[in-house]
Amino acid sequence: MKKDIILSGVGGQGILSIATVIGEAATRSNINLKQAEVHGMSQRGGDVQSNLRLSDDDIHSDLIPYGEADMIISMEPMEALRYLPYLSKDGCIITSSKPFVNIPVYPSEESLQAEFRKLPNVQMADIEQMAKDLGAPKSANMILLGMAASKIELLSLDKLRSSLSRVFARKGEKIVEDNLKCFEAGLNLKSK
Amino acid sequence: MKRLLLGDEALALGALNAGLGGVYAYPGTPSTEITEYIQGNSLSKERGIHTAWCTNEKTAMEAALGMSYAGRRALVCMKHVGMNVAADAFVNSAITGVNGGLVVVAADDPSMHSSQNEQDSRFYGKFAMLPVMEPSSQQETYDMISEAFELSEELHLPVLFRMVTRLAHSRASVEISNPLSMKQYDAASEKGWVLLPAIARRQYNALIEKQSALQKASLETYHNRIETIEKDPRQPEIAVVASGIAYNYVLEAVAKYKGNLRILKISQYPLPEEKIKRLTKGVQRIIVAEDGQPFIEEQLCKSYKNVEGRLTGLLPRTGELTPDTVASALGIETKSYFQPSGILEARPPQLCPGCGHRDVYAALNKVMEDYPKGRIFGDIGCYTLGALPPFKALASCVDMGASIGMAKGASDAGLFPAVAVIGDSTFTHSGMTCLLDAVNAKSPITVVLSDNLTTAMTGGQDSAGTSRFEAICIALGVEPEHVKVVVPTPGNIPSITETLREEIQYKGVSVIIPRRECMQTLKRHQKQTQSQKPTDNQISSDNQTSK
Repeated sequence: MKKDIILSGVGGQGILSIATVIGEAATRSNINLKQAEVHGMSQRGGDVQSNLRLSDDDIHSDLIPYGEADMIISMEPMEALRYLPYLSKDGCIITSSKPFVNIPVYPSEESLQAEFRKLPNVQMADIEQMAKDLGAPKSANMILLGMAASKIELLSLDKLRSSLSRVFARKGEKIVEDNLKCFEAGLNLKSK
Repeated sequence: MKRLLLGDEALALGALNAGLGGVYAYPGTPSTEITEYIQGNSLSKERGIHTAWCTNEKTAMEAALGMSYAGRRALVCMKHVGMNVAADAFVNSAITGVNGGLVVVAADDPSMHSSQNEQDSRFYGKFAMLPVMEPSSQQETYDMISEAFELSEELHLPVLFRMVTRLAHSRASVEISNPLSMKQYDAASEKGWVLLPAIARRQYNALIEKQSALQKASLETYHNRIETIEKDPRQPEIAVVASGIAYNYVLEAVAKYKGNLRILKISQYPLPEEKIKRLTKGVQRIIVAEDGQPFIEEQLCKSYKNVEGRLTGLLPRTGELTPDTVASALGIETKSYFQPSGILEARPPQLCPGCGHRDVYAALNKVMEDYPKGRIFGDIGCYTLGALPPFKALASCVDMGASIGMAKGASDAGLFPAVAVIGDSTFTHSGMTCLLDAVNAKSPITVVLSDNLTTAMTGGQDSAGTSRFEAICIALGVEPEHVKVVVPTPGNIPSITETLREEIQYKGVSVIIPRRECMQTLKRHQKQTQSQKPTDNQISSDNQTSK
């Protein structure tokens, strides 16, 4: 089995932390992984993406071919749409609904929603508001991971939880708790 | 033991475990993480390995050559354009040869994700007549870097090690070996290191004689190998030369391919001639897939017909390869089920909120309103983003240090005012010599040395001249009263504007130094004072587990 995931967002939103947790879980589950990420100039508030490939078989290319991504996980709605040519026929989009507007021209809310209505499998949530309500405003990205968790299939929920704890351990117990809380909230959102 | 590592980190750990004595580097995407990883590793501290950043790639290359002379294994790391800066030392190191193993890493950036060109460093290797290695995966990177040191010591030559962005910045699990002890040989004593013409001629002949040994090494290495894929015996076989990570894209396509392929994987140069003969025997088509410029393709075109690749349009002439372009070259359609959205807007990178460069450009633009014929010459760093809206302030950005040199040249031609904007780290990298030229010519130029106390663009590495810029400028001959420090904040824009106006009127070289810490490093420093900072990547990295 393989899972090809595109993570997207705006530089500084924390997509690489999602990749780090998945990477930790994959390594500890003996699942092969390749994860290409963006460093350098575009990290300064520009569009960023990471190609994350999981498989129980060999992975050759670090990049996902067109039409093969099982999932687009995005911290920002317009950035989710940037990678549509990579999405597979049955692929899903899991995205924050809240635009991050740091450019002079940004599509209207209406046109954005119209684009998402054209797509078959979209799951959206105002993760920033949810994280604030949970008292963990900096952990919104883990809500997204929670929403995606059961679709990753190759990695068990428990392995994702324990990997999340390991990844954030050095930042202290409170941060681990915040992130776990957000992860669970995302997971519950999914099952509704 | 397995670890999840970036290509850059696999290289770093491979070099450390090969008994490295020192790494010498100037930061540059996508090479920066190599040196950072070595700096953060506990083995570096235990063994006293040299890890401090260098002023530029040339000083790095020369110091590494000195370490090699003295008998230790040395690593030099840079981005591809750094090779242009290091080229004098690099090319001549092929003539002197080495003592302790010397490996030069050039991280190329096809598609220019974070660069101003996509030059291919393999040409430098061929030009200097040195072996070049080009791994295809993170594991191969780890394995080949120690082989590179061994080959360097065996041939007494530096080895060029080529990385590309997609390998440098991609993670995979890597099997790690135990660290070897640090290598220490006797210092060199041969005359060959003194490149007087008579000695240099002898050394050059020796280098040419060594070429057969390079050829032999390329022929014998497991990393250059022929693999055959037969799916339909009725169909003809196609030959594919796939170098570096292009090999992965070919394998990715093979799953969907219905014909027969004879693949030559290339990860070491010079090209293994015998293997190419074997590969091409009896085939109608030879496809070359290589990330970067058509380096292999140009060489094969001389001896073989029916070579196809970037030069023939089978693959795009520019930009990095992708699994899709390579699949398409093999006649396989990859398909998109969803078209790109029509409502997308570009989201270019921008200066951080609160960044001091913003205030510098706000003041400069205000002053330049009065001088429609004036120009601001830019340089390499975060502040290059001042070329984009809302500032649109820059007339040029070419190479490290060029702002001052170009302002001087433009001023020589009568352009006024000629203003240069250069960052602190770029100034010490390559701007100081340009400033000396301008001082000697009494050029009426205004240099804005925007000092954020760090090498910001690449993530906040130490900057070579921090706290000494006024002294450096005065020592180079700028009049002390025309070296002025300002603090770039929104509130200070009127006074900075005033200072700029005054100095533009001065008929000589002035240097204005807006100084305020980078917002990124400021945030990091604030966090560090709040909590303890882990210092050892063996323990703290988010991404490592052992099993």
